Amino acid sequence: MPMVNIAGKEVEVDEEGYLVDLSQWNEDIAKYMAVEEKVDLTENHWEVVNFLREYYAEYQIAPAVRVLTKAIGKKLGPEKGNNKYLYELFPYGPAKQACKIAGLPKPTGCI
Amino acid sequence: MSDMDMEDDGSGVVKKFMFLNRKAPHGTVYALEGLEVVLITAAFDQDVSLVFTDDGVYQLMKGIDTKGIEVKDFSKTYRALEGYDIEKLYVDRASMDARGLTEDDLIVDVTVMSDDEMKNLMAEQDVVISF
Amino acid sequence: MLHIVNKSASERSSLDSCLKLASKGSAVLLIEDAVYAATKGNAAAAKIQAAQADLKIYALGPDLAARGMAGRTLDGVNVVDYGGFVDLVAEHSNCQSWL
Repeated sequence: MPMVNIAGKEVEVDEEGYLVDLSQWNEDIAKYMAVEEKVDLTENHWEVVNFLREYYAEYQIAPAVRVLTKAIGKKLGPEKGNNKYLYELFPYGPAKQACKIAGLPKPTGCI
Repeated sequence: MSDMDMEDDGSGVVKKFMFLNRKAPHGTVYALEGLEVVLITAAFDQDVSLVFTDDGVYQLMKGIDTKGIEVKDFSKTYRALEGYDIEKLYVDRASMDARGLTEDDLIVDVTVMSDDEMKNLMAEQDVVISF
Repeated sequence: MLHIVNKSASERSSLDSCLKLASKGSAVLLIEDAVYAATKGNAAAAKIQAAQADLKIYALGPDLAARGMAGRTLDGVNVVDYGGFVDLVAEHSNCQSWL
């Protein structure tokens, strides 16, 4: 699998650019992935990225977008727990792009 | 597809799906593969029941620690099912008894059924998928 | 002889066959899904207990832990780690895996 150099560290990614070993994740990697995805990381982006990492730690999966939306709504309020808000932050799909930035595998059910 | 959801267009018929899990978690890949199929199926808004019977009840054990065998601990993922609107989880009393297990040993809330109740539940399904 | 069993006793007959054919003084190591048989309340527990008169029964600790079964083994069952597994293989002149 391809290796990329991120902030002086060799990191393995899969053919779609997802981090292979999620224990390697750090903010430099998140920033690198964000550039790859053409996303300018703001506080709002980080909120979703950190939420995903917590979700993964608890359940060992990356959530489907429907589940993510609902869970974000529950935790951060309805103004954030909707598709419009999440797609504005991650135009090419919140589950796909935010998971990549968070160092998680591609969500199950996201074919 | 992108990660857009399958939206219900109103024309879809909701069928009763049962996923029948009969294998212990790590000795074979059935348990993990079955769980992945269930998570994918959740996107289709069907009436899903999950049954854990025979060695399948072992999938739901609390206190699983897979560090020593270096595989992923997917037992935590059963707790995510509620968020996927999969809330009908069943085990059968006989399988639990034959393994010295009680509901307190399991990581999620389940309905414990008798063989007759399980038989009826199975009979009313449109589709049964076995793992 | 060291006998190694890796299949669940509620799915396969390998444990039954092993216990039937293992001669006195042999060791039986339960690994993977076979470890369930050595846990309290399991339907196979009586067989294991009866076999303990003639055989030494071992169970692999990492496989017990991975199944949420650490601390639930029957009295007299020796829990070993991977190092203990290697020692058992080294101590016995031959070894049979029941597939």
